[in-house]
Order: sequence, then structure tokens, then C-alpha cells
Amino acid sequence: MNQLGFPILSLMIVLPVVAAVVCLYISANAARWTALLTTLVNFGLGCLLWATFEIGGPQWQFTERVQVLGWFHWALGIDGMALMLIMLSVFLMPICIGASWRSITDRVGLYMACFLVMLALMIGVFAAQDLILFYIFFEAGLIPMYLIIGIWGGANRIYASYKFFLYTLLGSLLMLVAMIWMIGTTNTADIPTLMQTDFPVQAQTWLWLAFFASFAVKMPMWPVHTWLPDAHVQAPTAGSVILAGVLLKMGGYGFLRFSLPMFPDASAQLMWLVFGLSMIAVVYTSLVALVQSDMKKLIAYSSVAHMAIVTAGLFAFNQQGIEGALIVMLSHGLVSGALFLCVGIIYDRLHTREIARYGGLSNNMPAFALLFLLFTMASIGLPGTSGFVGELLSLIGVYRMSSWVALICGTGIILGAGYMLWLYWRIAFGEAAGDDTRAMPDLDKREWALLAPIAAVVLWMGVYPEPFLAPMRKDVTALVARLAPAAPEGDAQLAAGSPRVPAANSPAHGGESPQ
Amino acid sequence: MTASDFILIAPELVLILGGLALLLVAAFAGDKVSGVVNALAALVFAGAIVALTITAQPGAWAFSGTVRIDSFSTYAKYLIFAAGIVILALAPRFYEREGYRSEYPVLILFASLGMAIMVSASDLMTLYIGLELQSLSAYVLASFTRTDSRSSEAGLKYFVLGALASGMLLYGISLLYGFTGTTSFDGIANAFGPEPGLGLLFGLVFVVSGLAFKISAVPFHMWTPDVYEGAPTPVTAFFASAPKVAAVALLTRLCVEALPFGAPAWQQIIAFMAIASMLLGAVGAIGQRNIKRLLAYSSIANVGFILIGLAAAGNEGAREGAVTSVLFYLTVYLVMTLGSFLAVLQLRTADGRMVEDMAGLSGLWKTRPGLATAIAIFMFSLAGIPPLFGFWPKLLVFQAAVDANMLPLAVIGAIASVIGAFYYLRIIKVMWFDPPAEEAFPIEGGAMERGLIAVAAAYVSVLGFALIGPLTAASTTAAASIL
Repeated sequence: MNQLGFPILSLMIVLPVVAAVVCLYISANAARWTALLTTLVNFGLGCLLWATFEIGGPQWQFTERVQVLGWFHWALGIDGMALMLIMLSVFLMPICIGASWRSITDRVGLYMACFLVMLALMIGVFAAQDLILFYIFFEAGLIPMYLIIGIWGGANRIYASYKFFLYTLLGSLLMLVAMIWMIGTTNTADIPTLMQTDFPVQAQTWLWLAFFASFAVKMPMWPVHTWLPDAHVQAPTAGSVILAGVLLKMGGYGFLRFSLPMFPDASAQLMWLVFGLSMIAVVYTSLVALVQSDMKKLIAYSSVAHMAIVTAGLFAFNQQGIEGALIVMLSHGLVSGALFLCVGIIYDRLHTREIARYGGLSNNMPAFALLFLLFTMASIGLPGTSGFVGELLSLIGVYRMSSWVALICGTGIILGAGYMLWLYWRIAFGEAAGDDTRAMPDLDKREWALLAPIAAVVLWMGVYPEPFLAPMRKDVTALVARLAPAAPEGDAQLAAGSPRVPAANSPAHGGESPQ
Repeated sequence: MTASDFILIAPELVLILGGLALLLVAAFAGDKVSGVVNALAALVFAGAIVALTITAQPGAWAFSGTVRIDSFSTYAKYLIFAAGIVILALAPRFYEREGYRSEYPVLILFASLGMAIMVSASDLMTLYIGLELQSLSAYVLASFTRTDSRSSEAGLKYFVLGALASGMLLYGISLLYGFTGTTSFDGIANAFGPEPGLGLLFGLVFVVSGLAFKISAVPFHMWTPDVYEGAPTPVTAFFASAPKVAAVALLTRLCVEALPFGAPAWQQIIAFMAIASMLLGAVGAIGQRNIKRLLAYSSIANVGFILIGLAAAGNEGAREGAVTSVLFYLTVYLVMTLGSFLAVLQLRTADGRMVEDMAGLSGLWKTRPGLATAIAIFMFSLAGIPPLFGFWPKLLVFQAAVDANMLPLAVIGAIASVIGAFYYLRIIKVMWFDPPAEEAFPIEGGAMERGLIAVAAAYVSVLGFALIGPLTAASTTAAASIL
């Protein structure tokens, strides 16, 4: 079956679901502990997965396949890219549970159940090897997220929950129709097989657009990003973490798993669209982030900008671009998750997200200020943090395809430095906005336990990213090879120019005097 | 007419004899024994199901080819009879206060008999007899609460518009008969030929329109919200469930068996009705505050989705998958609808008043968490959100449309699903996000009803996928038997 001898992926999906059902029936405190233990066990299983993943081995590992009906299979299996995204999910989930430990007091059992179901569905999305199974996991995530935003969200939560649900649903249903067409044509729903299938070029365009409708919303790309700031701002802290940390990555994963390998010609054909939208998003959303007065909204807009660098990197069609995009995805998952946690920590103390109400936190909350600074720097992409590795690689990749796109996406880093540093300045430095701000206590043990692991991984990924890149390298190479026939020529080709004809009066080198 | 004919229609015979016997009991013993009559009527349904199982035939004719007994009719009858039992189960408690009358179960029996005849009809006359038997019982049922003017209005409205639809149907039948010289489905199919004349097409249009009224497809849906709102809730549950199954099955059989050559003509009509029903059902529900009206629009929209499957059956190559998707959708729709109405029937305040206003659901999670969960499952399932089981039939009808090269139909269906999701979400929002309303809905008695809700909710939740294999096999066999 696989190198472990038991269906580990199914176990990782079923375990949280069972725990979720249990959580519904037990007391609040028991539900908290059940959820924490389950997510930690799942993290342990994830580590086992990573440890036993054979780097350079077969592309699909830990595969399971049980026929349900006709072409519909319970088919699971992961490659390196899925492995890293699963790791991200199982790593962030215990932190999310911990972040909600005290701030959630209403309907705790249901809350924990929603998060556990989310965890199962996220693993399912990254592990599914059947189109319809993927769709089920992908779409099912809407239900718990709708409840999380709608029940435990902020003041304007109803509007945000509707917007989130309906936006995503519209995109997904068009993708479903495309999937049905693909299954009808090829008579298989097996994702690895479909990744090798050459669809007619004409059909590819339509299929690509249908998938794009779904992934662009999920990602989110400009101009269909507007659900994200609303959802982020209204969701409870842990909801924002999981939304920014993992759910957005589903869009990028979708491009990697479906759009690029299944429709390479259409991807090349519509590259301009992705690049165009990414360029607009980088500049526009960074500028929008600059003027936000709400911390969560600012980080939400910065997410859109970072995701635009991911899409640009993915569609660069080369090793650096795609690897960089993957690292940005992982890094952004950690960093924006951590930033939302930071916001949540001070929100729990002052109950406002208004930037102007803070200030001078480095005086009374030095530990917080230190960690917040680290994540701010990682978000900007400072060398030594994970953000740098990813952004550098993806911009190199983009540059090789189009120097103009790289130039404009590069401004995103400058603007990012602008809004993040300004945010940091207004929160951590200067004078406290009031006595209540001045009296805020520093991080307690629980908050340390939430932020420290993320900080460690951010630094690890920034200093030595090889363990993260190694499992994915072979898959990226395979993807680049699949894209190669369709890949257009980049405009940034360095060519050895022909030597200039020396001018008649130019002095010759080597000491020989002219005749 | 031979003895074997009667053996073939054994389930119907059980219903006829049982119904007549109970009618006599009801007439002589009065309303004192209504509870017993109700239980006996349920027993008659059970007997009909047993008879159906014993006499099931893969394909046989009875009464000189006017009645067809095949896997298709058997499948539909199982659904109808099962729905009948549920409808009987939920009635007595509803009528508890005003007094449950013995005629109610008898009328349900006769209506179901009409439906059983409808799904077995292979002749225009059988079709009409079945339809009218069902409709006449339904008119009476709609106005069953004599003291409530809304109920009388519903009954009258249903009757007047139903009579108009019957008229159209009969006119169409007469045209078909006039131009083909026969009323049997096979005879019509033979006479129709690849190039039907104008008279035949007129006949086809009228017959399809008459039946579209019965399934409340747009533009013949106008009666639905009013009748659903006005009729007593158990009756509304009945209207939304079994008769829909019967009428859709009948329409499917008529289209596939009697009018295979008319496919290009009816395919257009059905595709239009599908689009119109989905969109109007979705948009019309947005402004509704009354739960029953909302469910009426929901049933219109769902019929639209079912019609996608039927429209796809117009293409010879995709026919089997398309008819299978119709049957599968009907099955899941039946469970979702009955479950929703069972849940709505639980919304009874301590003083016995039924709450139909959506605001009454506010904060239901606090007072009745189990019920709120069940309603949420039904709503997400009706909206077709995976992993709930309501997703699968939607997938099947979309697949049928794509296989039949009717991609736009599937895309419009997808868009209509999103619009529809809006109002399903609103119910969930009211129940789960809003603060509790003043009125609570005490749990009193009715363990059976709550059990039924639990079973229905479990079925349309993820657990339904466990039964996907047998259900697909059964609906595929049923679909194959009419092709």
C-alpha cells in the first residue's frame, strides 16, 4: 500500500472528523483538550509523513485507492508539493486551537468541531487524487468556514459570511462543470492520469477559464479579492489564521495541480491575463494596504499582494518561479498566520483593531514587539527570513519570463516594506495612545507557545530552506518539463553580443604600438 | 383481461381494497377511530410495498398494453408508497387540536393509488385516469382545514388551475389521438415518425404543458407558492413529495416511450422549463419570509434541476444516464423535502400555534440544537453543497447535460445553484447566527417524527454516500427498463 503499511492519509482525515463529532457532545473544556490533542496527533502523523517521504522516489506516495462507484474513487496520494502544504496545515492547526483557548467562550464544542472538520478537509484537498473527491473536499470547506465567520465573527459577520460563501461557490460550480466535461471526455477522474492527458487546445482554454474562476476567487486575485478583507476582518483570530494560512493556498495548489499540468497550452496562452492581474494586484492592493486604519484589513490586503507574487511565479513556467511561488505560499501561510495571531493577542487586551488606538507597545510589551518585528520583517522579505527566499526565487523566475512583470512585482516588496514598517511603527513605537494601551501586559506562556514555533520555522526556512525545497524539487522539475513545449520565450534573454569593431584610432591592448 | 393482469397490479389492488374498506370504516365509525384508520392506512401502504416486491417484473404489460409494469414503475412506486407512510406518520399530531378526521388517510391512499397508476401508464387514457384520481384527492386535501380561509383558498385555487391544466392535457391527448389514431404510447411512437406534422407537435406541446402544471415547472408554477402556503403543512409536505415523483416519472416515460421521435421538440420545451424553473425558483425565494412559501420556491427550483436531466434524455446517446439522474435526483429530493417539512412541523409553540414565519426560527440552535442541525443539513443538501448527499444528484444531472452536449444548461444550472444557495444560507443564518427568539418550541411527544427527521438528515448527510452503490444500481436498472 505505502511505505508505512497503513492508510496514513485516510487516518489523518478520519481522525479529526471523529474527534469533531465527539467535541459536539462534551463540555467546553473537554472539547478544547480533545481538539488540541487531536491536532497534535495529526501533526505527529504529518511529521511521520514527512520523515518517511521518499525524496526522489516515485512521484505519488502513500497512495490509496478504493472504488466507490464507476469512475469515482476514494483515491488519495501525495507528492512533495502536497506534502509541504499538508505539513503547513497540520502545523498551524494546533496553534489555531491554542489561539481560541480563551477568546472563544460561546458554543466551544461546535467551534472546535468546525476547526477539526476544516483540518480534515484541508488534508483531503491536498491529498485527493480523484477530481470529484477533490471537489468535495474543496467545496465542503465552505460550510465550517461559513459557520466560523457567521457565529464567532465580528460585528459585520453576516455580510462577510455570505460574501465568502457565495463568491467561492460561484467559482467552484463552474469548475465542477469543467470537471464533469473532463470526466465525460476521458472517462477517468484520476488526477495523475489527467495530468498526463493532452486536451485539445480549443477545449483547454475553456477548461482553464472554468478552473481559473474557482482558483482566482480562492487565491484571491484582483478583482475578485473583495471577499477576503471582509472575511478576514470579521472572522475570529483563529479563523483568519486558517483562512490566510491554508485556505488561500488551495488556490495556488489548484493552479499547480490542475491549471498548469492539465492545460499547459491554455496556461501559456492566457499567461498575460495572470501576469496582468498579478501586476495590478501587487501595486493596487499594496497601496490600499497603506491607507488602512484597521490592522486586520491591512494584513488581509497584504495577503492579496503576496498571493499575486505567487501567481506570477507560478506562471513563469520555470523552476525558480514555481519553487519560489511554493516557498512564498508556505512562508506567507506562516507569516500572515503569525501576524493575525499578533493582532489577535493585542485585540484580546484592548478589543479594538484600530491602529490609532495603539502605540508604544515596545515599552510595555517588549517580547511581543520582538516577535511582531520578526514577522513584520519576514512579511517584507528580509534576508534570513522565509519571505526572502520565496520572493527572491519567484521574482528571478518571473524575470526570466518577463522583465517588466518582474519590475512591477518587485515594487510590491518596496511597498510592502512601506506599509508593514509604518504599521509596526504606529503600533510598537512612539507614545501609547492611552493609559489602557500603556497598561497592556506582555505575552503570557500560552501566547509564547503559539508564536515561538512559527518564529522558529520562519527563521529555519529563511536560513536553510533546503529541507522544504527538497521534497518538491522533483515535482517542480516534472511540471516544468510538462510545460516546456508550451512555454513561450522569455524577454530577458542574456545574449553574448558580437564584439564591437574597434575604431580605427582605438589603442590596441598588449603594448603593441599602432603601425 | 386475465387473472395475470390482476396479479401484476397487486400493489394497486391492495391500495384500492384497503382504501375502500377504510372509507367504509371512516363513514360508519366516524372520527373517533381516526387514529386507527391512520395506522391501518399505513399498514395498507406497507402491504402495497410487500405486494410490489413480490410482483415486481423487469417488464410486463397488463390490461391489453394500457398498464406497464417494469423496473421504472416499481422504483417510482417504492418512492411513492414510502412517502405515503411518512405523510401518514406526521399527520395525526398536526391535527390533534382541531380533531383528526378519518377521511384524511383515505384520501392519501387514493391519491397514492392515482400516482401508482400514473407511473405505470403506457396509454394516454391510463395516464389521464391516474392523474385525475391523484388531482381530485389533492384538491380536497388542500382545503382540508375547513375553518381556515387560507386552506379553502388554496383548495379552490388549486382546483381551478388544475382543471385548466387538465383541459390542456386532454386537448393535447385528443390531438395526439386524432393524428395518430391510437392512445397507446407505443402506437404514438410508431405513428410519430422522424418528421411529425404540426398537429402532432401541437398535441405534444399541450400534453407536456398539462404535465408541467403538475410538477409546477415555470411558467406553470403560479399556483405553487399560494397552495403550499395555504394548505395544511402535512398536505404541503405531501404535495411537495410523492406527486412530484409521480408526475416527473410520468413525464419521463411519456417523453421517452411515446415521443422518442418528438425529442427535438420536447427537449427544447423541457430545457426552457428547466432554466426558467431554476432561475425563478432561486430568485423568487429570496424575498420570502414564510417558510412554506420558501420551500415552495425551493421545490420549483429543484424541479428545474430534475428537468435538466430530462432535457438531456432528449439525446439518444445520453438517455440512460439522463433518466438515471432523474430518478436519483427524485429519490434524494424526496428525502430532503420530507425531512424539511417534518422539521417545519416541529415548530409548534407551547400553545399549539404553528410558526411559519422565518423570524420564528431565530436562535433555534439554543432551544432545539438537534432540530437546528437537521434543518441545516437539509438546507445545505438542498443547496447541493458537498459533502452532503444533495450534491450527488446535482452532479449527475449536470453530467447528463454535459454528456448530451448541453453545456449551457449545466452552466446556467451552476449559476442558479449559487443564487439558490443564498436563501438556503439565510435559513441557516437565522437559526445559527441570530439571537434566540422569544418563543421556544418545546419538545413534546412525537418520538417517531423526531426519529424520521434523524433518519432523513442522516441519509442526506455524508452517510448517504454509503448507499450510493445500490441506489445507482437500482436507478440504472429502472432507467434501462423504459429505454
